[in-house]
Amino acid sequence: MSDPTTADTDGETMHHVRLSVNGATYDIEVPARRLLSDAVRQDIGLTGTHVGCEHGVCGACTVLVDGVPMRSCLMFAVSAEGQEVTTVEGLGDADGSLGAVQQAFKDCHGLQCGFCTPGFLTTITACLRDNPDPTREEASEMVAGNLCRCTGYQNIVSAVLRAAELQGAGCATKPEHAAQEAQA
Amino acid sequence: MKPAPFAYLRPECLQDALEAYADHADDAKILAGGQSLIPLLSMRLAAPTMLIDINRLTELSYVHTDASGVRFGALTRHAQIEHDKRANRAQPLLRKALRSVAHPTIRNRGTTVGSIVHADAAAEMPAVLRLLEGSVTLRSHEGSREVGAEDLFVGPLETSLAAGEIATEIFMPALPAGAGVAFEEISRRRGDYALCGAAAIVQTDPGGAVTSVKTGYLSVSETPLVLDLSDAFDDGELSQTNLTGAGELASAAVQPETDIHATADYRRQLAGVLTKQVIEQAHNHASARTIGGSQ
Amino acid sequence: MTWKLVGENVTRVEDDRLLRGLGRYTDDLCPEALHVAMVRSPHAHARIVDIDIERVLDVDGVLAVYTYEDLPGPLAEPLPLLIPHPALTHGRTQYALAKDEVNYVGEAVAMVVAIDRYIAEDAAFRISVSYDPLPPVVGIDHARKAEHLVHDDVPGNVAARMEQSTGDAESAIAGAPHKLTLDLEIERSAATPLEGRATLAEWDTGSGRMRVWTSTQTSTGVRAAIAAKLQLDLANVDVITPDVGGGFGVKIMHPWPEDLLVPFVARALGKPVKFIEDRREHFISSAHERGQVQHVEVGFDDDGRILGLSVRFWHDNGAYTPYGIIVPIITSTQLLGPYKPGAYSVVFESLYTNTVVVTPYRGAGRPQGVYAMERTMDAIASYLGRDRTEVRAVNFIQPDELPYDHGLLFQDGRPLIYDSGDYPACLQKLKKLVGWDEFETFREQARSQGRRVGIGLACYVEGTGVGPYEGGHVQVETSGKVKVATGLTSQGQGHQTVFAQIVADELGVRFEDVEVTTGDTRRFPYAVGTFASRAAVMSGSAIAFAARAVRTKALRIAADALEASSDDLEIVDGIVRVKGTPDATIALGTVAVLSNPLRYAFDKASESATQFVVGDPDKPPVAEGDEPGLEGKGYYSPVRSTFASGMHAVIVETDPDTAEIKILRYCVVHDCGHVVNPLIVEGQIHGGVAQGVAGALYERMSYDEHGQLLNASFMDFLMPYVTEVPSKIEIDHLQTPSPLNPLGIKGAGEAGVIPSTAVFAAAIEDAEGIGITSMPISPSELFELRRRNTEASSPGRRAT
Repeated sequence: MSDPTTADTDGETMHHVRLSVNGATYDIEVPARRLLSDAVRQDIGLTGTHVGCEHGVCGACTVLVDGVPMRSCLMFAVSAEGQEVTTVEGLGDADGSLGAVQQAFKDCHGLQCGFCTPGFLTTITACLRDNPDPTREEASEMVAGNLCRCTGYQNIVSAVLRAAELQGAGCATKPEHAAQEAQA
Repeated sequence: MKPAPFAYLRPECLQDALEAYADHADDAKILAGGQSLIPLLSMRLAAPTMLIDINRLTELSYVHTDASGVRFGALTRHAQIEHDKRANRAQPLLRKALRSVAHPTIRNRGTTVGSIVHADAAAEMPAVLRLLEGSVTLRSHEGSREVGAEDLFVGPLETSLAAGEIATEIFMPALPAGAGVAFEEISRRRGDYALCGAAAIVQTDPGGAVTSVKTGYLSVSETPLVLDLSDAFDDGELSQTNLTGAGELASAAVQPETDIHATADYRRQLAGVLTKQVIEQAHNHASARTIGGSQ
Repeated sequence: MTWKLVGENVTRVEDDRLLRGLGRYTDDLCPEALHVAMVRSPHAHARIVDIDIERVLDVDGVLAVYTYEDLPGPLAEPLPLLIPHPALTHGRTQYALAKDEVNYVGEAVAMVVAIDRYIAEDAAFRISVSYDPLPPVVGIDHARKAEHLVHDDVPGNVAARMEQSTGDAESAIAGAPHKLTLDLEIERSAATPLEGRATLAEWDTGSGRMRVWTSTQTSTGVRAAIAAKLQLDLANVDVITPDVGGGFGVKIMHPWPEDLLVPFVARALGKPVKFIEDRREHFISSAHERGQVQHVEVGFDDDGRILGLSVRFWHDNGAYTPYGIIVPIITSTQLLGPYKPGAYSVVFESLYTNTVVVTPYRGAGRPQGVYAMERTMDAIASYLGRDRTEVRAVNFIQPDELPYDHGLLFQDGRPLIYDSGDYPACLQKLKKLVGWDEFETFREQARSQGRRVGIGLACYVEGTGVGPYEGGHVQVETSGKVKVATGLTSQGQGHQTVFAQIVADELGVRFEDVEVTTGDTRRFPYAVGTFASRAAVMSGSAIAFAARAVRTKALRIAADALEASSDDLEIVDGIVRVKGTPDATIALGTVAVLSNPLRYAFDKASESATQFVVGDPDKPPVAEGDEPGLEGKGYYSPVRSTFASGMHAVIVETDPDTAEIKILRYCVVHDCGHVVNPLIVEGQIHGGVAQGVAGALYERMSYDEHGQLLNASFMDFLMPYVTEVPSKIEIDHLQTPSPLNPLGIKGAGEAGVIPSTAVFAAAIEDAEGIGITSMPISPSELFELRRRNTEASSPGRRAT
């Protein structure tokens, strides 16, 4: 049996955890109870991931774990050892410009206070990978597990379609309905 | 909302997990998907002194399908089963019900076995296990046993698992020829626990006559409830009269409670409405399968 | 003036940062700060017998524990009563930490400071408080009966009783051909922004300076409170509002206990300290709103014209009244909407209950008022058998009657005078948009398919842009970049974009050269806050004035430099030029250099302003009455509010079997005067409508009789997902500019939520043929209502 315990301070047992986040490796010492959301924000310092409820309902803390959207408040950092975590900070294009989903949110006014936005962006990024050309209904499905208090979701759904259009522009899918919907 | 401290073990193989659990059976909890457990920990409604994290036991992450049915392990995520084509050809009720389990992001992490042994009568998959008469494999460091769905759920959030036992596998029987299934639930928001949910399995004979009708329910009883409504269809017909009769039987049989989201009587009403819907859908499904060959 | 950007769909300057995860919300700052966790009362009403902190002191990582006994000076006094009012005869506020009695579940009793939140919570759980429970008062009925009192010295649980009238409503009703009485209820809800409350404080021992970052809607308010309660000079307190994850009213309430306790601890321990409210705490310790019981009596003629309207209502203000009685005052005045009853009288009682305090939540009392009025309109139409739009139309204030004086006092202590609007035109637009006249055909079609559909509409008028004032500062740097500051705060409304649009147009500079800072008392210390849909009106106007002042100064200096008359100059894209003479130009940045006579040069540009280069040796370098620098300030202080308006219609379908309520169409006609940025205004409407849908169909605060909040989580407080809001919100705009401000604008932030409860009640009533008198309504409640209605056909209103 592996024993990930490495450090033992006065109080709680600390665990050495190696996390790969947005392609970089981080070695952190955390107690077993440290939520992945807190580890990413506090121990690694990537504060783009936000915590809105800490009981898995709002989706603000959603990150990609090995490319799959998961609630980082419903995982312990120790459990994520060795897995590749992608946060909102990792969604930009390599050249430093906004990624397609981010750009689409800007184009469509898909955010207001911006607090829930990182969870939407990560979720949509993964969903568009599985379905690059969604209908408006499918776009709505993609964001159906995330709460937003500001936007009424109208422009978020439009942003999903716009993102599909931006991503599809390079590979000549059929963006017509997306373009129309995004303006609707 | 931060969990209380706990000791943490992350075994690399099942045997180690079983041994650790045997040593700490009174105060340890198994952490698989954690989608129900971690909120409880964060709200400090539960404070086990030890968590045994089985997320490294990849040997328990599988979906095996054969003619008899579908087997999946303790580390199989809801989404794996939901998207497994073979599994859903063998037993289409799996996907139909899994699609109502919370939201996709939760299904990416949560495990179906974990959800079932959490034994929440408001959850989808315990009801499905009961309706399909599936079974669960329980392992301890002393050995292994198989428990039928009927004997698994003994009370609210309570199962017949003994101290030190881990549910390692669940078996869901395949859908027999001539049978059809359906699942529907009504929740306040999509993805919430259902105010009432119902599943049905309808068996028809080669002539198309209804020979058996069984329904399973969520959120209207202390433990997952299954009803045999075959008597309501003793003429073999799926008539509106029979459906209405089945709905009334169901409304009378469920034992819902009032809470902040719905009254008991409203849930009773939903049980009746959903009973009719799922039986009709399951019957259509059976007919379609008979004509189409499978699915 | 040429309007180039104002009125355009400009995408937001805020977004790039936020989309990259580079936003800075309070909890993102200062990772090394100590964390606070509160011990909160588990009882709705109890005396504190003893607090045992013994078991906490030996917890590793715990630095300090505080109870009421540890609070010094003014911090040991009750928290401020922010908005006193003569009618608030029995105002009460809580202590920062409960003194000897708790009055709601969630009231702060003790505070732990630890190295992180995990350990702080461990310690908080170990503190044992013994209570002597008292009987709780929960709900308006219970409060009115006054069998038990929330506060021993407040008879009848009545915090305030207020009465206003115009004309003799009683006689008018008595003499009217027709009369109706309605009894209505509306339940509690809450703002629930995705980011809870958050405060971070850092004390600089050397300079004696307090710096606080807080997720608030008023940094100047929090600053003044901290200075007063911690006995600091105002000049030594900086309050900075970083990115805020939504407010919706709950963050205009201040100072929350933690707003004061965190700086207090930071000073005591000499270390930065933060309080990050978690979701559960937010439900039980941050403000709620909406709960009211209403009794309406109305007398009207054969056309439905209201001759007399008398309203009594009871407002649940929770355990304390820190924000005064603003919410019920707004209900009592904004209830009138676009209508002019012959006579009106209103009396309300604001009642104590052993529940979380009630302070403004988006809409702030208006949803309740609109609900009362619009339910009344529907009742009149139903009684007379007339179309609901006709009854409204005969009661409208007509465009030629504006400005219209209702003869009442509004929430700002000023006369309730509507400045502008066109209600008949608004109604026409709405009828067209929703297809009001074609609805009966649709209903028949639906009925033939066994479907049940209904339509409702509701109208509102919203006083926006209340005073007293806001200010703005605009400064042109020598680079030509323009720095703008205003004191009120932002919670996602896109202020940086909207204010930059205004400055770009007013000053003649490029939009991308304008950078706006909000809510930082170091940059602009005079401000009120962001509430009452006031930011665009108040700060927008103030910033416009400031930009105009800068423009005037720039033209004066440029006129000297270009040897031209300032009347002949224009500023385009940051270049001052002589009209018609393309070569005669000077960049604004250069004008900024010239505006500030220098002794020292730091770069090429500044050389041109040094003492041997410019200036008349016989005159002072800075002329008398002038100031160095190309900057200007402006303040906007309107005589009274400006009144936005709008009308919503919804078409719903109710399931005959499951009583589920489905939204088929949602239509909005909205008048906020000139629209600065349609993209942002529509975004505000979308969000407001979603909150309105939430308040009408999903969200409530489920207190049991013991005062325990049963749904203190996002699992059970049903904030809608995308699946619960209309898939499309159809919007049409009407623009009647306000004459009260330089831009002709009116507030837009709250509008979307205001008529929703009323409009859903109307549509469901229309679909079901059953009187809807209690909102919100769930499928289960509709099911039970149907049953009761079948059992005894007694609609919720009765003719008298």
